[in-house]
Amino acid sequence: MMRFELPSLGADMDDGTLLEWLVKPGDSVHRGQVVAIVDTSKAAVDVEIWQEGVVDELRVMPGEKVPVGAVLATLREPGEAQGARAGQVPAGPPAATVASIPAAESTTAAPAAPAAPAAPAAPAAPAAPAAPRPDAAAASAIAIARHPVSPAARQRARALDIDPERIAGTGPHGSVTVADVEAAARQPSAAGPQTTPVPSSPPAAPGAAAPTAAPAAAPAADAPTSAASPSTPPAAALARERQKAMRKAIAAAMARSKREIPHYYLAEPIPMGVALAWLQSVNAGRPITERILPAVLLLKAVAVSLRRTPELNGLYRDGEFAASAAVHAGVAISLRGGGLVAPALHDVGSKPLGQLMTELSDLVRRARAGSLRSSEMSDPTITVTNLGDQGVGSVFGVIYPPQVALVGFGRIAETAWAQDGWLRAMPVVTASLAADHRVSDGHRGALFLAELRDRLQEPQTLDESPP
Amino acid sequence: MSLDRASLKSAALAQLCAIAPEVDPQEIVPARSLRSQVDLDSMDWLHFLVGLHERLGVEIPESDYARLVTLDNLLDYLQAKLA
Repeated sequence: MMRFELPSLGADMDDGTLLEWLVKPGDSVHRGQVVAIVDTSKAAVDVEIWQEGVVDELRVMPGEKVPVGAVLATLREPGEAQGARAGQVPAGPPAATVASIPAAESTTAAPAAPAAPAAPAAPAAPAAPAAPRPDAAAASAIAIARHPVSPAARQRARALDIDPERIAGTGPHGSVTVADVEAAARQPSAAGPQTTPVPSSPPAAPGAAAPTAAPAAAPAADAPTSAASPSTPPAAALARERQKAMRKAIAAAMARSKREIPHYYLAEPIPMGVALAWLQSVNAGRPITERILPAVLLLKAVAVSLRRTPELNGLYRDGEFAASAAVHAGVAISLRGGGLVAPALHDVGSKPLGQLMTELSDLVRRARAGSLRSSEMSDPTITVTNLGDQGVGSVFGVIYPPQVALVGFGRIAETAWAQDGWLRAMPVVTASLAADHRVSDGHRGALFLAELRDRLQEPQTLDESPP
Repeated sequence: MSLDRASLKSAALAQLCAIAPEVDPQEIVPARSLRSQVDLDSMDWLHFLVGLHERLGVEIPESDYARLVTLDNLLDYLQAKLA
């Protein structure tokens, strides 16, 4: 028997609220599969599993808040027989107290009721929108911003071309679950298409085109909707709560950083003329959907340059630094409405620029939609922040523990540049390094910035995979 | 496909709101820089142009980006392209 525990999704996370199970007892799971959605104070995160097996028991139900390390579920080895379960797995942290709740009460993991013939695999939809559990609604003050929609539900809604914001949720805190989306999909007129039609189409009669405005209209009208229940605070209040929780999480991580990490800072102006000209010629041959932003070139240059100074890339834990072979760059992404997340772009050093662009684009979109994966939250080995778009010349960052360095870029601005006895106009970016003095010294940090500058003078080499 | 300016404007504003949901399209001043009115980073701006490309089927080469500053610039450009 194996245990599936709530992973830490960042230095600022102590606990999480389970929003939704995407598996049920008896399901086989594989490495990397998203099996649950957990709300941290920053975002709803798709939690992946890194074991192979068969789900035995779900020990935490949607709506419950549990600490990092709590046993969320137990798994059997592929060949292992069911039974003798309780004895083998020691009761985990507090979460175990809820293990007695029958799995059938869960909203999405409910196995088909015996009354429903056929359709054994699909969650029995009519039975699914279980009555909202009052304890679950009260479980946590932290709810999801605006209209809570689980990432998986959002994805399903996209696939079905439904606007998830118009669906009444039956999950914890009134969140919209996959089952809600599928129920809405069966009601053709309820939730209308997601995007406004192309203007060339003739204007439809206002009454016909306007989707049912009332959010409660979506699934069965008589389904109990916690979103509409009077006990649920209005969306604005939830958004404020969420904002407060996020500020608190950022405050905790940054205060810890400034308390524990002796930062040192370096900066270097880097001429970008060659790199931008090269990028322009590459992009000229690409359709708009495949064009590469300078930010991606900078990310790749950082990853490649770190090979020379591995003491900037890795994690400092329990008084010891462990360098990481791969560079998982935490990309600082500001969220609309405030706050930020820095999820990982995995293995940046070994990917071609086109692939990095696609992945970064996807990461930004998902970060803003609140749909990140657990490995993206927990994996970064260094952070890269780019504030150039906001117009600042340079940025000196605060290291995100347990990482030991942060690279910052300002605006790429045309500057008077002296070179070979001549003065000319040159696009220049200021790259900065904030690094942990417990692990590296200014000399090594300077080597990194010099390498970064040199790498950006040979941009074509950045599109190659390493030997 | 030929579209009148009003349709193009509503398409552009719908695309803008898809990327920046907090924007009130009524408040966009057509003659002022879009990116100074709406908090758009370079990724948002690219997604905005990709969205217009997909809605309207317009090719927008990178060398033309510099001309697209205000909403008016953008509508002029799209009208010329679609004429």
